[in-house]
Amino acid sequence: MTMRALCLSLALVAAVAAGPAAAVQPDEVLADPALEERARELSKGLRCLVCRNESIDESNAELARDLRILVRERLVAGDSDEEVIRYLVDRYGEFVLLKPMLTGSNLVLWIAGPAMLLVAGGIALIYLRGRRRAEEPGPDSLSEEERRRLDEILAD
Amino acid sequence: MLIELGHFALILAFALSLVQSVVPLVGAHKGWRGWMATAEPTANGQLLLTGFSFAALTWAFVTSDFSVRLVVTNSHTLKPMIYKISGVWGNHEGSLLLWVLILTLFGACAVWFGQNLPPRFKARVLSVQAMVTAAFFGFILFTSNPFERMALPPFDGQDLNPLLQDPGLAFHPPFLYLGYVGLSMAFSFAVAALIEGRVDAAWGRWVRPWTLAAWVFLTIGIALGSWWAYYELGWGGFWFWDPVENASFMPWLISAALLHSAIVVEKREALKSWTILLAIMAFGFSLIGAFIVRSGVLTSVHAFANDPERGTYILAITGVFVGGALTLFTLRANQMQAKGVFGVVSRESALVANNVLLAVSCFVVFIGTIWPLVAEMFWDRTLSVGPPFFDAAFTPFMVALSILLPIGAVMPWKRGSFAKAMRPLRGALALAFATLALIWAVQTGNSALGPIGTALAVWLVAGAASELWLRAGNRRARLWRLPRADWGKAVAHAGFGITVFGISALTAWEMEDIRVAQIGEPFDVGGYTIRLDSVDRVEGPNYLSTMATMTVLREDREIAVLHPEKRVYPVAQMPTTEAAIDNGITRDVYLVIGDRQDDGGWAVRTYIKPFANWIWLGCIVMSLGGFLSLTDRRYRVAVGARRAPAMAAPAE
Repeated sequence: MTMRALCLSLALVAAVAAGPAAAVQPDEVLADPALEERARELSKGLRCLVCRNESIDESNAELARDLRILVRERLVAGDSDEEVIRYLVDRYGEFVLLKPMLTGSNLVLWIAGPAMLLVAGGIALIYLRGRRRAEEPGPDSLSEEERRRLDEILAD
Repeated sequence: MLIELGHFALILAFALSLVQSVVPLVGAHKGWRGWMATAEPTANGQLLLTGFSFAALTWAFVTSDFSVRLVVTNSHTLKPMIYKISGVWGNHEGSLLLWVLILTLFGACAVWFGQNLPPRFKARVLSVQAMVTAAFFGFILFTSNPFERMALPPFDGQDLNPLLQDPGLAFHPPFLYLGYVGLSMAFSFAVAALIEGRVDAAWGRWVRPWTLAAWVFLTIGIALGSWWAYYELGWGGFWFWDPVENASFMPWLISAALLHSAIVVEKREALKSWTILLAIMAFGFSLIGAFIVRSGVLTSVHAFANDPERGTYILAITGVFVGGALTLFTLRANQMQAKGVFGVVSRESALVANNVLLAVSCFVVFIGTIWPLVAEMFWDRTLSVGPPFFDAAFTPFMVALSILLPIGAVMPWKRGSFAKAMRPLRGALALAFATLALIWAVQTGNSALGPIGTALAVWLVAGAASELWLRAGNRRARLWRLPRADWGKAVAHAGFGITVFGISALTAWEMEDIRVAQIGEPFDVGGYTIRLDSVDRVEGPNYLSTMATMTVLREDREIAVLHPEKRVYPVAQMPTTEAAIDNGITRDVYLVIGDRQDDGGWAVRTYIKPFANWIWLGCIVMSLGGFLSLTDRRYRVAVGARRAPAMAAPAE
């Protein structure tokens, strides 16, 4: 078990013990609606690190609340969306992003779908063109086994 | 005593499944009728024994027999009866027992409904099914015995996870398992056909009802799970792209593709090897799903057994069956000659496009699900792949599918023309564009999702109606005499449209309000007035509740009084949020109560969720379509006409 996993499980225990603090709390909401809107959008793409696959916008954990407040603090301080994200990735690693970055090996992830579509589409097209030219077998074409069986019957 | 008998029955069933894996297969190879026929009593016997075993475990839960370890860890005397029963499968061991029970049920169904199959082929199908069943009997008996006793029975149990104490648990897993396991039949048919070395139109007709049934069950199971998450998790999300949800979604996509390609095999004797491959992959993804849920390699809200040993066992089962089937497939692929000849613009091509889109979209879900594992293994990058990725990468496939679907559905077999196919769809197309323009003009905000999603939905539903009208030759009297398969197809496609509409509308136009509400002071959200009347402490059978009473008004008229709750389950020491929902046709009002604030008010969240119920309505309509198609005459005749030679239907 890695150190990170250990830290996470400890934090998880702490988060559960702290009890529920339902998702976004009224006291977190920013006075400026435009800023709040940006905070919500950003929160939806950030992972609650101690939760199982939840964004900080949905999560009830204490840590998610801390992160939500942190995001709002950065926004109030005048950071752009990109700066907030960079700030969080610097502190918590890219694990915090629910939308994987378009860099390095992750390009494979993003390109895999469209590339597969091209390959599959290409194969399908070749197959379809092949079928158009294919010989139409006779309506009574028989399998090998049936032909043999027929020969047997006729030989009798 | 009953517990030991249950355990013993399970061991006997395991022995029967081993016999059935070998004897009928040898019989089929040698042509010995007696050996082939043994599969029927053994399949029925397995079902009876496993059924008894399951009943014994259920009895232990119902009577709260705390000498059984599983009952201790998952039940409590105070728990309501329905959760005592559903608690049987609310854990790893019990759910696995349900899984094998359904496996044996499908095996027995193959005996009952398979009277028209050639005896040799049927023996092979049952043998392969028994191999799969045996592997799972081994899994449950060697690693996850549900009948383990306690040396010192405690006075009371540790209770079931409170999130699972919900009617959802009673229905969601059984339907999902009927779907997952139902795909084992498609797998067995595919492997039996590979052993036989022959895939023809008759095979396409045999495999289709099983796939259709599995797909219907999967649809219902996934919809129930989504609906459960919607009202239980406290903020009304209906789909999270969680690894376990993806695990159920992947077999759904593949079985949907299989349903369509099996039609091409049946009607046109083409796409044979591809269809066999889909049948293998559909069940393969079911097994991968079981692996993801039970191994805990991918963290998820569902994983209840994070045990590496179990994970390894399932991975081995998956490897042996999928690997074995694929090896057999490569050996026999050249024997599956396609026969049908068709043009590039034809129904066949449309179904190929359907298959490409469904299979590639499944691939996208798959790679997104396993990417965190891959990235950590090869590049040492710990990262997350969440909803933003899937929304961006998956949605385009569904848009393309929705655009093509109505056109493909009216395209004639063999050779068609695009312009001709569009003629009966002109009305639907005009309606869709009118909707697009109207909503674009009326809606506030700049979301493209709402108008486009709604227009696609209109296109799908109106397209399905136009197709029925076309088949009936534009005469109303003939509409009711159309085969049920035609109706099933149109209904299922319309259901897909309804779901597309529900998802787009909810995502695009949801309204949310977070505030501190004072008792007696009303506030407005999206045209509704909400008033917090009181907050009380209420004692439930096995929990303590903080229950609010809230009134929803519209134009000073009271519409509903709702009771959102926060519960604490003392035995499991876990809090839950119980949202209160006023369900409506055009919107749900969704209320959640939070913590008490310092000034005496309460944190309250209010959501207005437009057309939320249409998501699940669409799923119901889709399953109804599948069911209608299942009751089509050609299947009933095939079942009724015992030993009648199965003939390929001529192309339309």
